[in-house]
Amino acid sequence: MPNMYAIKDHSLERHLFINRILAAFIVISFLTTGLIVRLIYLQVVGHAHYASLAKDNSIKLVPLVPTRGMIYDRNGKVLAENTPSYSLEIIPEQVHDMDDTLSRLQKLLDISNEEIDQYQKLRKRQKRFVSSTLLLSMNDEQLAKFAVARPYFPGVDIRRQLVRHYPYSELTAHVVGYVGRINEAEMKDLPVAEYRGSTHIGKLGIERSYENDLHGKTGYAEIETNVQARLLNTLNEVNPEPGANLYLTLDIDLQKTAYDALEAFNGAVVAIDIKTGGVLVFVSRPGFDPNPFVVGITNEAYQSLQSSENQPLYNRALRGLYPPGSTVKPFVALAGLEYEAITADQKLFCPGFYQLPGVTHRYRDWKKGGHGSVNMNQAITESCDVYFYRLAATLGIDNMYDFLHKFGFGEKTGIDLVGEKTGLLPSREWKFEKKNQAWYPGETLITGIGQGYLQVTPIQLARATAALANQGKMITPFLVDKMVSVQGVRPGVVLNSYNIPMKSENVASVIEGMVNVVHGARGTAKGINRGIDYQIAGKTGTAQVLGIKQNAKYNENSIDFKYRDHALFMSFAPVDDPKIAVAVIVENGGHGGSVAAPIAGQVIKQFLKEKHEN
Amino acid sequence: MKTETRHEQFEAPSVLGTFLRRLHIDIPLFIGLLLTALLSMVILYSAGGQNIDILMRQMGRVGLAFFLMTVLAHIHPYQFKRYSTVLFGFGIILLIAVLIIGQIGKGAQRWLDLGFFRFQPSEMIKLTTPMMIAWYLAEYPLPPKAKQLFIATLLIIIPTLLIAKQPDLGTALLVASSGAGVLFFGGLSWWIMGGIAALLTALTPIIWHFMHGYQRDRVLTFLNPEADPLGRGYHIIQSKIAIGSGGVYGKGWLGSTQSELDFLPESSTDFIFAVFAEEFGLLGCLGLLTLYLLIIARCLFIASQAQDSYSRLLASSLAFTFFVYVFVNIGMVIGVLPVVGVPLPLISYGGTSIVTLLSGFGILMSIHTHRKFR
Repeated sequence: MPNMYAIKDHSLERHLFINRILAAFIVISFLTTGLIVRLIYLQVVGHAHYASLAKDNSIKLVPLVPTRGMIYDRNGKVLAENTPSYSLEIIPEQVHDMDDTLSRLQKLLDISNEEIDQYQKLRKRQKRFVSSTLLLSMNDEQLAKFAVARPYFPGVDIRRQLVRHYPYSELTAHVVGYVGRINEAEMKDLPVAEYRGSTHIGKLGIERSYENDLHGKTGYAEIETNVQARLLNTLNEVNPEPGANLYLTLDIDLQKTAYDALEAFNGAVVAIDIKTGGVLVFVSRPGFDPNPFVVGITNEAYQSLQSSENQPLYNRALRGLYPPGSTVKPFVALAGLEYEAITADQKLFCPGFYQLPGVTHRYRDWKKGGHGSVNMNQAITESCDVYFYRLAATLGIDNMYDFLHKFGFGEKTGIDLVGEKTGLLPSREWKFEKKNQAWYPGETLITGIGQGYLQVTPIQLARATAALANQGKMITPFLVDKMVSVQGVRPGVVLNSYNIPMKSENVASVIEGMVNVVHGARGTAKGINRGIDYQIAGKTGTAQVLGIKQNAKYNENSIDFKYRDHALFMSFAPVDDPKIAVAVIVENGGHGGSVAAPIAGQVIKQFLKEKHEN
Repeated sequence: MKTETRHEQFEAPSVLGTFLRRLHIDIPLFIGLLLTALLSMVILYSAGGQNIDILMRQMGRVGLAFFLMTVLAHIHPYQFKRYSTVLFGFGIILLIAVLIIGQIGKGAQRWLDLGFFRFQPSEMIKLTTPMMIAWYLAEYPLPPKAKQLFIATLLIIIPTLLIAKQPDLGTALLVASSGAGVLFFGGLSWWIMGGIAALLTALTPIIWHFMHGYQRDRVLTFLNPEADPLGRGYHIIQSKIAIGSGGVYGKGWLGSTQSELDFLPESSTDFIFAVFAEEFGLLGCLGLLTLYLLIIARCLFIASQAQDSYSRLLASSLAFTFFVYVFVNIGMVIGVLPVVGVPLPLISYGGTSIVTLLSGFGILMSIHTHRKFR
């Protein structure tokens, strides 16, 4: 071979290259012939077939959008439904004089200039032959007027569609959530085929968590139309499969009671069916009307919701972080018994304050002058702070962390709603990691009375209360009880639970104290024990919003409303056969006993009365 | 060959011819490209829903691309050869930069944002890869020996994998074929080509394993589009209906009903051939293919007339890559190849591919108009 030498043989190279050019030309011709053969197959042999499929392109594959599943409460009351609505649509290509048409429509239907401007912008972004929406939902008067004048408006038409509606409005906004128009970011992640033709998607709450079940399965039809796009014939149809109807564990009447009981306060109420984990009440007040979000909320209205001082868009029950205050005491008491740091009968002396050895700082009791010598029952009943400072000091932060963690503090409950917060259960490791500081003994004390770093969500507090009532059985709370679809009935979630090992006599001692809170003569929530033939166990709590300086005095009337203490209450009933657990948080409510406890009392009484009557 | 050379000499004397030669423009190639670009405007007007804005924007891009082509045609091929390695290395660095930035941004990314415009390094690498391989092979006697083949293959695989990882399968394919084209024209033995073909067939299951989910879906859809008519098979079914319903004579300009009713997605970009085939029929398709073949033939002719190995290999590879563009795009639209994102060259809506393509033609014109002996 001549090219064994590293000397170029130019004539040989050129010869070789020309050969390759020819070879390439042959390959290219061959492949091009392949393309031509295929084109002949499609355009000559298959022409009749494809032409009939596209007879003046009159055969179209149109998606058949499934009806979204309804959402009901536990008693079958409708929480989310689909109501018919009529929109005004324009196909620009079929309109001869757009400006004239728009000005006539504006006069006829009393359309605002903003709406016309908005439409003009929309129109420029879309293809001329695509239908674009001028009015999203027409009122009866507009509908009637246009129906009469329709022949004078070629290219303009009314379209009927189903619009999601939430009859209970702000009452269910934070639980059921709402649907809204699919945005571009969501479009990217959606299965194309399933959402061809769908305009809305669940944005919040159950609507979002159960989007896949509620949406249904899109079908399609091959339809034949004439040039005016009027339907002539349906050739082949695959029906859509409607979305599953969801039945919630929520009791809307109870929900309303809780919502109304909060009155003008901001706050949250969560009630759980202790036996199942089903959520009966899930209130975050203030709520907001979700219905404008479905048709497209105006920027102005959204801004006013967004900037409102009461933060109506904020889901307090799911995402609100509050110091639990004294509501944590029953759990700390149980920890004391379980770790044998104390016995139920052991008395500790409360002089009204507690001092760590060698430190001058006084950790004060809420009661000036102190409670005297108290055992566990009395300490819970009267919410003695000093007793729990001393107990916390004996237990230490590590034991407290371990025990409270078992009750789900500092961890998501796993409820079937998106966006849950974890809360905060502090530990030595956490503090070192986050603040790069050692844990101070004083911090152990205030954790023992539910202050300091400790933060819980209302749903966490309700779940922990239910577990205490249920001898340590931790159940994952849930909202969807069952889903009913064409395939049959399915449960909403897989029930999940685990047991916290504990001695039943220890639990009994703690519960005894909680019963006294409501039924004892010195109980902090004794106002709610009237008119019932069963017992309620509970614990009040007051969480400081403002730090109070040493020796300063907290005076409710002299400070700004937004710095007033949060009022809390956790409770369950009946004590001998627990059915319902309730957690209440009233922002800036002041005292747990006077503000939060009555709300829980109303919910418990109404629920057990209904249960009794059934 | 001699007659052709003489033919060129006869063509030269006219005033216009001299002027164009000064411009370093190759007239037959220029006419072919201009015709295709004009045809593109005609189809785009129809496929884009008769939107003048779209047309004006594309005209601007095409104008810019033609300008860039003329500029490149002025540069002596020696300069291309001289900077081949630098440009290639620079392109690879940019590709890695894009991957890293993409990773930070946690999403697929193909471009670098230079503030005033977005630059796709993968477009640049479409030209610099064949330049690099041509430069390397031209250093040694042809046909290349095993060692050179090995290194050249490596040089092709690096940018291909970097682009495939973006992930941009269409561009990766074009880059790989531009490099492979150089090897082919450099005289790669038929036996080796046969062996590689056999090996690729055997490796199919492994390639399948490394594919992204959506890439697998495309292949599956290609094998059976009817399985998912509203989803992934939608493009292919609709485009076959559009093409088939066009028949021999077509429905006439603006007569496409598939794209008008928006049943043909991406009708202005990757699937524009379907609109063309529906409106102009089989005859139009044959005409367009002829136009493409004439351009390719002229490019191969330019390659055959080139006076050094580097120019020959580069010119022929660019011609070959242009054909791969045409074949892959039309093949995908008529349903004989899986869907990969390759536009119909010079016709699809979009700026990046046309700028790269015409830059390539600029290099070809430079090679042809800077020859010493005519």
